[in-house]
Amino acid sequence: MDLTTFLIQALNGVQYGFLLFLVASGLTLIFGIMGIINLAHGAFYMLGAYITYWLIGYTGNLAIAIILGLIIMVVVGYAIERLAISFLYNRDHLHQVLLTYGMILILNELQKIFWGTDFYSVPVPDILKGGIELTETQSYPIYRLFISLVCMIVAAGLYLLISKTKLGMMIRAGATNREMTQALGIDVNQIFAIVFSLGAALAAFSGMVGSPVSSVFPGMGDSILIISFVVVVIGGIGSVKGAFVGAMIIGLADTFGTVLLPEFASVVVYAVMAMILLWRPQGLFGKA
Amino acid sequence: MSRDLFIRAFTLVFLGVIASGPFMLEAYYKELVMHMMVLGIFAMSLDLLIGFTGLVSFGHAAFFGLAGYLLAIVTPESEPISIFISLPFCLGGAALVALVIGWFSVRTSGIYFIMITLAFAQMLFYYFNENQELGGSDGIFIFNKPLVGWGDTQLLDLSNPNSLYYLIFFSLIVSYLVLRMILNAPFGKVIKGIKANEHRTQALGYNTRRYKLVAFVIAGTLAGFAGYLEAVTTGIVSPGHLHWHHSGEVMMLVILGGMGTLFGPVLGAFTLELLRDNFQDMTEHWHLFQGIFIILVVLLLPNGIASLANLFGRKKAAPQESMAVEKQSGEETPS
Repeated sequence: MDLTTFLIQALNGVQYGFLLFLVASGLTLIFGIMGIINLAHGAFYMLGAYITYWLIGYTGNLAIAIILGLIIMVVVGYAIERLAISFLYNRDHLHQVLLTYGMILILNELQKIFWGTDFYSVPVPDILKGGIELTETQSYPIYRLFISLVCMIVAAGLYLLISKTKLGMMIRAGATNREMTQALGIDVNQIFAIVFSLGAALAAFSGMVGSPVSSVFPGMGDSILIISFVVVVIGGIGSVKGAFVGAMIIGLADTFGTVLLPEFASVVVYAVMAMILLWRPQGLFGKA
Repeated sequence: MSRDLFIRAFTLVFLGVIASGPFMLEAYYKELVMHMMVLGIFAMSLDLLIGFTGLVSFGHAAFFGLAGYLLAIVTPESEPISIFISLPFCLGGAALVALVIGWFSVRTSGIYFIMITLAFAQMLFYYFNENQELGGSDGIFIFNKPLVGWGDTQLLDLSNPNSLYYLIFFSLIVSYLVLRMILNAPFGKVIKGIKANEHRTQALGYNTRRYKLVAFVIAGTLAGFAGYLEAVTTGIVSPGHLHWHHSGEVMMLVILGGMGTLFGPVLGAFTLELLRDNFQDMTEHWHLFQGIFIILVVLLLPNGIASLANLFGRKKAAPQESMAVEKQSGEETPS
């Protein structure tokens, strides 16, 4: 593998890692703060991609489609939290797993009813078409760099939101000690609803910006869900920093695994996870 | 009618109906019931982990699929192989892999256990999915059903659907009885103790990790048994048998049916398969109704379908168990 190929693959790995991070950060926040194992998180990713495809048909503009789509997804996330998830806070994790599993079935089926089982592609916006030439034969698509950039901005925004704002303070407090936060007069239920819809929007956003590269297809949520869980567990549940590191590890392991060990590509990710968990059973940044 | 009487009567009717299956049912429904019984065994095996030991395995389908693949590997194309060779081979294989996976997995707990079992199952899934010699993603045919007997003597002809039906029926009952026996033995008391409070059980001097590992191996082997029966019935194994969706589905059967009851998961398997069969005829969007059904059961019947038996009075808790039961029900009351 020469240096250029290495660079291209590294960039691909980082870009994939960023997309994973957006999905996984929502997942880890929802688990860490609300104590909910949300299997339907992958379905939000899928919905994001499909909504983008659908809105682009009307607006013809990716940016507008994404903004409108995000508004839809925040509303959807909020509604799901209020109508179903909020009944499960005092229940066993297994019930949450089961309920959100039922939700996957419903959302996947609705997707089939509305959009069928075909694969769709979303066009790359004109300004972001083309690539940066690295050598005479190899170039790197601008859109992929754009994805990394946008995700980096979102990640930075998320960091600022959580570490610098009042809302972020309440979120962190709720994650550390739910009862105490409630006792201080903070409406934890309202925070839960906000975190859940924020997480849904993050996952959907990942599906939206990723859609021009990955295409839009049924079942896309299922595969990202499992990988995101791997990321969350590697990083340590509830830790956004861990989700970031985990996403980068998995993004790079998957990309380089595909190049170096094509027959075992899909196994590599899970082998990495098993090794990390054996070394640190609570994940890299998890509390023991 | 008291609860016990109801359960007894229900069980008798249930078994009677299944036993009369070959005389009453058309071929299609006979196959459906066979499939339900196999799923019932599969779900009971997971219940041993989820419902009794408190280990939520999200990779249980790995053993189900693995035993099927082992049968496909060991069965020659031209002649049948004796069930007395293939069954121990497949179960032994499943047990061995369960031992390895379990050895790693029982070191973790909670959601980490869920994820590490999932990770191992996914590794096996991809191994079979990408192994072209074993048919890749299409799966592989098993050309001959196992021979029940040795050489030329045949005790039971499995290509006759009725014989196979009764073999599976018999297996379901035996699996249930064996699990009951295990649970009533001192071993069963210890794993229930692990579920109620692992630290306390440890403090009593039990090596809980070893107990969890043994439970994991037993459950994996029994799941392998179910997978073996499924492979014998359908004559084909595919990577889908090991897919996480399959693990999720069986977990759903256990929780919907009522975990920690053994008969609950069997009930779950029958209910869900019946629903699936009926809805699939009516609509191609069966999953929509399945999803709605699951959500309704979770919200309205948190202890599963088997808890409907409580309409006939509460379970009488044994003195030494009553504290654990109280603690549990106390936790589940929404505040």
